[in-house]
Amino acid sequence: MANAQTFETICALITPLNKKNIALGPETTFAVDLELDSLTVMDLVADIEDEFDILLPLNLLPDMETIQQVVDAVEKILASE
Amino acid sequence: MDLLDKFDATTALRDSLPFTKADPFTVVMDEIISETEAMIGGRHTILAGTNNYMGMTFNQEAIKAAKDALDKFGTGTTGSRVLNGTYGGHKALEATIADFYGMDHCMVFSTGYQANLGLISALGGKDDYIIIDADSHASIYDGCTMSNATIVRFKHNDVAHMEKRLKRIPEGANKLLVVEGMYSMLGDAAPLKELLEVGKKYGCMTLVDEAHSMGFCGEKGRGIAEELDVEHLVDFFVGTFSKSVGTVGGFAVSNHPKFDVLRYVSRPYIFTASLPPSVVASATAAIKAISRSGNRRAHLWENARSLHAGLKKAGFNLCTETAESPIIAVHLPDPMMGTKFWEQLLMEGVYVNMAAPPATPAGMFLMRVSVCAQHTSDQINEIIKRFITTAEKVGLTLNP
Ligand SMILES: Cc1ncc(COP(=O)(O)O)c(C=O)c1O
Repeated sequence: MANAQTFETICALITPLNKKNIALGPETTFAVDLELDSLTVMDLVADIEDEFDILLPLNLLPDMETIQQVVDAVEKILASE
Repeated sequence: MDLLDKFDATTALRDSLPFTKADPFTVVMDEIISETEAMIGGRHTILAGTNNYMGMTFNQEAIKAAKDALDKFGTGTTGSRVLNGTYGGHKALEATIADFYGMDHCMVFSTGYQANLGLISALGGKDDYIIIDADSHASIYDGCTMSNATIVRFKHNDVAHMEKRLKRIPEGANKLLVVEGMYSMLGDAAPLKELLEVGKKYGCMTLVDEAHSMGFCGEKGRGIAEELDVEHLVDFFVGTFSKSVGTVGGFAVSNHPKFDVLRYVSRPYIFTASLPPSVVASATAAIKAISRSGNRRAHLWENARSLHAGLKKAGFNLCTETAESPIIAVHLPDPMMGTKFWEQLLMEGVYVNMAAPPATPAGMFLMRVSVCAQHTSDQINEIIKRFITTAEKVGLTLNP
């Protein structure tokens, strides 16, 4: 899957959580920019897992602060399957 | 720059809570009158926020056994279980617990926290997967962090959500499914049968933490797995002595033939001192007492049901539809109301736990009430009455 398409798919999942309607870019952060609490992040992770039919292990979460980092992680997992 | 600066937000949050007369984080029990009463700040107070479900803290046999052990073996072992810290009492306790669970092996740890840490960290190797409920206790999360495994999390008590994730784990990988029998904040029971059956279908080994179900669930008091008749689906049980057993310590039991190797590889078992002989002796006596405490169990459940019914009738917002456990959690709308309510209730002479994030799921603010087998019906009625008075005084709207 092309990077841009993965990015779009993930943004579509984030949109309902984007309460302040900020512009989503690769460097948008979940905690600071989107102000998502850990529970919302957990639900988002589950949605991403189901959308791509993958597992995003808990171990990876500390390294996923920006949308781009999630896109990279998802693509890496998809490529390794 | 200061290493403690990163906690400024926590300090600010704490300081924002409007406590004036008492503070849930610094409450001091000046005198323990019985299993169910204490003096707090000069007030005679009903204790409805302990984990003393079976009221074992003043069990006469447990007290006598502890005193004898203190006289005979001294105040402590001063060493690890694998060095000088294993006394005859530790072996006898392990035999008692193995017998209680009808299982071949038992390891006693210095706390339940360490039992989870010790098992999960040792079992979860580099290529293994650990699957946990999102609302797991901190000791389970910390055991996962300490392991080298890949950690997969599913939504609380959601069997379908878990199964979807189990399907995605590479075939052939070793998997450990970890769940609790009863969740300690909301007092909600796990759908253990379904979780374990699905776990087994996908080849998981299973670990069930019965910390808040041992003592009063099941005919013998072994926990929810006993009650649901699914113990054969459990590879490892973890438990604690700090709740129904009335003292401190933790354990793990298993029928796995290789279980004992964990004594040589589980760091939280090895690198800490063993329990003092008096604690070991009282735990042994209390577990024996629990196994023949059918009447106490029945009374505890009566207490739980009447407290739940009374609070529900009064119009409190309860976290479970029925009394699924001796833990009855009352939902409060926000931290301010929670704080005022907790404080006023204490002034009325009832101690409960104020539970707030991150200990609670979904950012909830709770009055966590827990009952004891030794509470009388009068005390339960008093608790309900004082809850209602408190609601009036702090302006909490009830919806009967
Ligand atoms: C589910 C669960 N597991 C383990 C523990 C730890 O028990 P202990 O107090 O013996 O460390 C607790 C208690 O806090 C618990 O609630």
